[in-house]
Amino acid sequence: MTTIDKTATVPSARSGDDHVGPLLEVRDLHVEFHTRDGVVKAVNGVNYSVDAGETLAVLGESGSGKSVTAQAIMGILDMPPGRIPQGEILFRGQDMLKMSAEERRNIRGRKIAMIFQDALSSLNPVLTVGYQLGEMFRVHQGLSKKDAKAKAIGLMDQVKIPAAAARISDYPHQFSGGMRQRIMIAMALALEPDLIIADEPTTALDVTVQAQVMDLLAELQREYNMGLILITHDLGVVADVADKIAVMYAGRIVETSPVHEIYKAPAHPYTKGLLASIPRLDQKGQELFAIKGLPPNLLHVPSGCAFNPRCTMAQDICRSDIPPLLPVTGTDGTELVGRHSACHFWKETLHG
Amino acid sequence: MPDATKTAPAPEDAEAPLVGPSVDVKAEKARSLWGDAWLELRRNWYFIISAALIVLLLVIAIVPSLFTSASPTVGDLAHHFLGKPELSKVGSPEWLGYDGQGRSVYARVIYGTRASVIVGISVTLLVTVFGGLIGMVAGYFGGWVDALLSGFTNIFLGLPFLLGAMVVLQAFTERTVLVVIFALAFLGWTQIARVTRGAVITVKQADFVQAARALGAGTNRILFRHILPNVLAPVIVVATISLGVYISAEATLSYLGLGLASPTVSWGMDISGGASQIRVAQHILIYPSIMLSITVLAFIMLGEAVRNALDPKTR
Repeated sequence: MTTIDKTATVPSARSGDDHVGPLLEVRDLHVEFHTRDGVVKAVNGVNYSVDAGETLAVLGESGSGKSVTAQAIMGILDMPPGRIPQGEILFRGQDMLKMSAEERRNIRGRKIAMIFQDALSSLNPVLTVGYQLGEMFRVHQGLSKKDAKAKAIGLMDQVKIPAAAARISDYPHQFSGGMRQRIMIAMALALEPDLIIADEPTTALDVTVQAQVMDLLAELQREYNMGLILITHDLGVVADVADKIAVMYAGRIVETSPVHEIYKAPAHPYTKGLLASIPRLDQKGQELFAIKGLPPNLLHVPSGCAFNPRCTMAQDICRSDIPPLLPVTGTDGTELVGRHSACHFWKETLHG
Repeated sequence: MPDATKTAPAPEDAEAPLVGPSVDVKAEKARSLWGDAWLELRRNWYFIISAALIVLLLVIAIVPSLFTSASPTVGDLAHHFLGKPELSKVGSPEWLGYDGQGRSVYARVIYGTRASVIVGISVTLLVTVFGGLIGMVAGYFGGWVDALLSGFTNIFLGLPFLLGAMVVLQAFTERTVLVVIFALAFLGWTQIARVTRGAVITVKQADFVQAARALGAGTNRILFRHILPNVLAPVIVVATISLGVYISAEATLSYLGLGLASPTVSWGMDISGGASQIRVAQHILIYPSIMLSITVLAFIMLGEAVRNALDPKTR
């Protein structure tokens, strides 16, 4: 357990932390893709922030722009066809979009790391896991092969892979899905980054393993005091680990909230619909609720609120005006901390 | 019924732990793609035969004097070239008869191996390295780099291989082995470039390439450490098969009098010399031809076996 002694340093005194404010702040980020059929507006003005030690869950359907936002933060968007026409991504107060390619590469892996959804296809099939884990140390820290291997075994121990030393020279296909995802987590953790972006880390896993992997992530996050952006469409996964939630729809954030409040009283009809579609034991025999319709085609986003064609509360104003993301208040008029909604009828949704 | 109670499980068994004895998870050693391919190859008769032939050819090429004491270049006109081969005298200078200048056909067949093998292997290596690099750069960077390099490749591909090699060879007054290697490699790299480019384009879209990028890997590392091992298999297959093709191309050029020239000993030149005597002394033509066929066949068989071993879909 050589890895424990890094906790001896006080988490708040991490290197280069002279910046006041959130660890990562995304401001008015727009991402579009130029295709033959036209401009696909995948992200339309996203704002969110994460502090050290905090977990932000970004929730949304496929195509809501949650993964594209993450790729923009990582700087791994394919450009072209991707383009970032406006917005800022501030890491410790510095705009990463203005940095050189080399500066950004130095941040990737070292300061911000990413965990991908499908661990099997995200690991190189022809290289052993030991090689791929050790590569992090050899490339970024210039360690020798032997030292890198020792470190890789330590990492595998830390993510609780049994018989790590014996399995170090195995290939990715020889591991089970859960173990592979642990290897991905180990790779992301290798250089003790300040922020980890997990893009649907448990989607490809079965339910029992999902919980183990999420627990592991949460535990490691506490240990290293990392910021965590958890991208998911699974409301069940979010409840246990997240501190706050941002719900995305058609490239915009439609609601933000601390984690527990949103389950009690959603302030956006879309969130309400999502929560109502979770299967529940006490509704046995009844038809499962589903939000009618499909997510919009991002080539032709509906005018006004993008959710209006599917919304049960839609009025004329919803078809003409885009609702801004505004703070919401309780029934007595007091501001609810951290809660925002982009709905013309948030009052009716929240209190009605 | 006392027997029945005897066969019933004893109470101790019922208390036995549910888990079985610990199983050694490492019973089977991890095998890489190459380890797997090697296991497959060892069981393939085509591979065993072709590999044995190639080893023999390599030994002949390196130390031809092991196989014959006769010189391939010294002719004694006292030996009547119309004299038939004396097939019972295996390994002797007169075994396969003499050619028009009284040189031992057997010695010439043995010494001719070196030129063929050197040309085949060198051209393949050159073509693989150069074509592979062009293909990797074009496939990985895409865009205008790809357009430029692919256009360049297609121009070379459009030139007829043998005709082009002849034109190149015409430019040289002295036709040594090096010159022939250059002429063949000059036009031969296009196939490898296209195969590599295609394989790189497929691999670069894989999630693990994006993952490597997200973890801070630079272009060189992604290209050579993550993509290269994944495209090596198809490239090696094409290279092995084309080795035989280059050997026969060298023989063709030498036959036409444009390839290797005396004093280098080459099967192509001997076949050419034999062709003019085909009515009177067939052995001058036949034995170099058989040797050439066996060599080309051995390399093509090896290529086939390697392809079957490296591509699991054909198993």
